Amino acid sequence: MRIIVCAKQVPDTSEVRIDPVKKTIIRDGVPSILNPDDANALEEALKIKDNNPDVTVSVVTMGPPQAKDMLIECLAMGADEGVLISDRAVGGSDTWATSNVLSATIAKMGPFDMIFAGRQAIDGDTAQVGPQIAEKLDLPQVTYVTEFEIAKNLKDIKVKRQLEDGYEEIEIQTPCMLTAIKELNSPRYMSIGGIVDACGADADIKVWNAKDIEVDLTTVGLEASPTNVYRSFTPAPKGKGMMIEADGEKEQAKVLLTNLKAKHVI
Amino acid sequence: MAIKVLKDLCRGCKMCIKACPFQAIDMDGKIAVINEKCTACGACISACPFKAIEKTVDEDVVDLSAYKHIWVYAEQRHGELMGVARELLGEGHRLSREISDDTQVCAVLVGNKIDHLAKECYEYGADKVYLLEDEKLENFTTDGYTKVIVDAINEYKPEIVIYGATHIGRDLAPRVAARLNTGLTADCTKLDVKVSSYIDYCNKNTTLDTSSLDANDPDTGLKQTRPAFGGNLMATIICPKTRPQMSTVRPGVMSKRERNPQATGELVKVDVKVADSDIRTKIINIVKEAKERVSLTDAEIICSGGRGLGAPEGFELIKKFADKVDGVVGSSRACVDNGWIDHSHQVGQTGTTVKPRIYFACGISGAIQHLAGMQSSDIIVAINKDPDAPIFSVADYGIVGDLYKVIPQIIEEWDNAEALFEASQK
Repeated sequence: MRIIVCAKQVPDTSEVRIDPVKKTIIRDGVPSILNPDDANALEEALKIKDNNPDVTVSVVTMGPPQAKDMLIECLAMGADEGVLISDRAVGGSDTWATSNVLSATIAKMGPFDMIFAGRQAIDGDTAQVGPQIAEKLDLPQVTYVTEFEIAKNLKDIKVKRQLEDGYEEIEIQTPCMLTAIKELNSPRYMSIGGIVDACGADADIKVWNAKDIEVDLTTVGLEASPTNVYRSFTPAPKGKGMMIEADGEKEQAKVLLTNLKAKHVI
Repeated sequence: MAIKVLKDLCRGCKMCIKACPFQAIDMDGKIAVINEKCTACGACISACPFKAIEKTVDEDVVDLSAYKHIWVYAEQRHGELMGVARELLGEGHRLSREISDDTQVCAVLVGNKIDHLAKECYEYGADKVYLLEDEKLENFTTDGYTKVIVDAINEYKPEIVIYGATHIGRDLAPRVAARLNTGLTADCTKLDVKVSSYIDYCNKNTTLDTSSLDANDPDTGLKQTRPAFGGNLMATIICPKTRPQMSTVRPGVMSKRERNPQATGELVKVDVKVADSDIRTKIINIVKEAKERVSLTDAEIICSGGRGLGAPEGFELIKKFADKVDGVVGSSRACVDNGWIDHSHQVGQTGTTVKPRIYFACGISGAIQHLAGMQSSDIIVAINKDPDAPIFSVADYGIVGDLYKVIPQIIEEWDNAEALFEASQK
C-alpha cells in the first residue's frame, strides 16, 4: 500500500506581527514550519505504516527550493519519499492551479492507494486544495477527519468527520482523499536516526520542475489562475480606546459599567 | 495579471521588499526583481516612492454575459435552514440590487422533502428558489451534492454562487469550483459588486489608498475580501475570466434581512439525476454531541479567557461571568491548545469569527489570529495584567489589572449599572 501525503511549508503565522508605524508585516525571524494540519495528515499515514510494514509513505509539496527542508523533516519523522515541485512557472498559482500541479505530480508519482492532506494551511486558510486535488483525480473525499480506522484488507476505511455541532461516521474505500484536522492525532517528533538518514545522501527526496510532471502549462501559475488579487491592504486599527484608571478594582468596575450603559450596550 | 518593476525608475531603495508580505522581491544589484513567490497582491505598488512598480492586466475579454443572477447555497441540515443561509440571502439580496434591477437572488435548496423551507427563503430575501430533491440527497455527501449542484449551475448559469463557510460548505464548494473550472474565494468577510461601494468600504475600514479606483466604473464583478496571512493582511480577490464567481462566506459576518412573512417567490423544481453509484461514501451515523452547545456566532455578549487565566480552573470564573451577563464563554487558541477548554469555544482565525455587542477579553494578550476573529465586535473590553498587551490596541475599554480581582467586581456591580449611570449624570 502506498499513501501520499500533501504538505506545505508555511510561515508560522502566530509569530507574525504588524509594524505599528509602517503597517507592514514584520517577517524577520518568522520561522518556516510544516503546516500543522499536514503534520496530522503525515502522522496518520505513519501510524498505518507502523502497523503494516509493507506500507510506504510519500510526501508531496509545491513551493520554493527551501521547501526541501520541510521534506527532510517529514522523512525524519518516518516518511519514505519526498517530492518537491519547484518551478517559477507554477508560482502565484491559486487553489485551482495548485491542485492542477499537485494532481499532475501525484499522477506522475505512480500508483497509490490513499491521499492524506491537512484540512488547510495556516497562511491561506482556504481548505480548498485537498478537495480540488480529489476532484482532478476523481477520488471520493472526506474532509475534517477526526478519527480514522482502516480494516485489515487495507481497503475499507471508517472515519469520523467533524461537524460544528457533532460528527458524522462515514465509510469510504481506497483510493480516496482524506483531510486531517488536529483532533485526529498528535504528530510524532523526528527521531535521531530519522534525522541522520533524512540528511544523508540516500534520502529519497526528488525536486521536480513543471516539465518533469508533464502538466499542461496553460493550467498552472499566476496567469492561468481563475482568481486574482484585486487589492490588498492591512486592516485599519480602531480609534484609540479608553484606559480605565481608577482607584481599586471596584471603582474600575463601576467606571466600566457606567460607560457601557452610556453607550447603550448593556 | 503580473507585477512588473520598471527598471529605469527603480532606485534600489528596497521599500518594496519591506512591504512585500510574501518575500517575493529580491535585489539584483540595485534593481528590485520579482521572484516566483509573487501572488500579484500589489502591496509593493503603493510602497514604491518612485512609481517604479506596476500591475499589468491582460485585456482579453471573455463573453461572460450568458451568466446572470446570484445563487445562495441555502444549506439545510435535518430539514432546518442554517443561520448562515439566512445571512447570505440577505447579502445576496443586497448585491443583486446593486448589480441591476433585473438581477435576482435565488436560494438553492438541496435535500429530501425540504420544500417547506422555500417559504423561509423568500421571507429572508430570495426572489426564487431552486429545489433539488431526491432520497439520495437526504444527508450531505460530497459526491451527491456536487453532482446535482454542478448540473444545475450548468443549466441555469448563475453569475455568482455563494456558500456558507461551514464544514459542509467548505467541503462542497471547492469540489464544485474544480469541476466547473472556475475560481473560488474562501472565508470571505466582505463582498462588493459596485466599485463605488467598495471604495466606501475601504475608505471607512481600511488603510487602502483608493485614489486609483474610479467610483463611476461600471464593473460589477464580485470583489471578495478576506483575511490572508493569518489575518495580517486583507486581500480582495476577483474572478475576472470565468463564471460563476464563487465564494464561501464566514457565518456571522453578513446581516440577514428582517423576516417578511408576506414574501413569496418563484419555485423551480429541478430535475435531479443522481444514482447510488455516484455516491462513493456511506454515512453510517450523524451524531449531535451532547456537549454544551456554544453558539459564539449568535452571542450578544462573549466572555473570553486567555493564557492569563493561568490554569484551566480559570474558566470557572469566566463561566460565572458569562452566566451573570447572559453571555457565552469564548477562548483564545492558547487555552484550547493547552487542553483547558474545548475547541468549540475558540475565537479567532482558526476558530469562530464573532461580532457580539460586547466582547470581554480576559487575560488575552491579543495574538493577531485572535484579533482577526473578534475585532469587529461592537465594543471590546480588555482586562490584562500587561499594559503593553496588543489587545489594548483594539480595545474600547481597557483595564490593567488582575482579572481574578476585576471580574468579581464587575459581576457584583453588573446589576447596578443603571443606577451607576444615572448617578454619573447628576
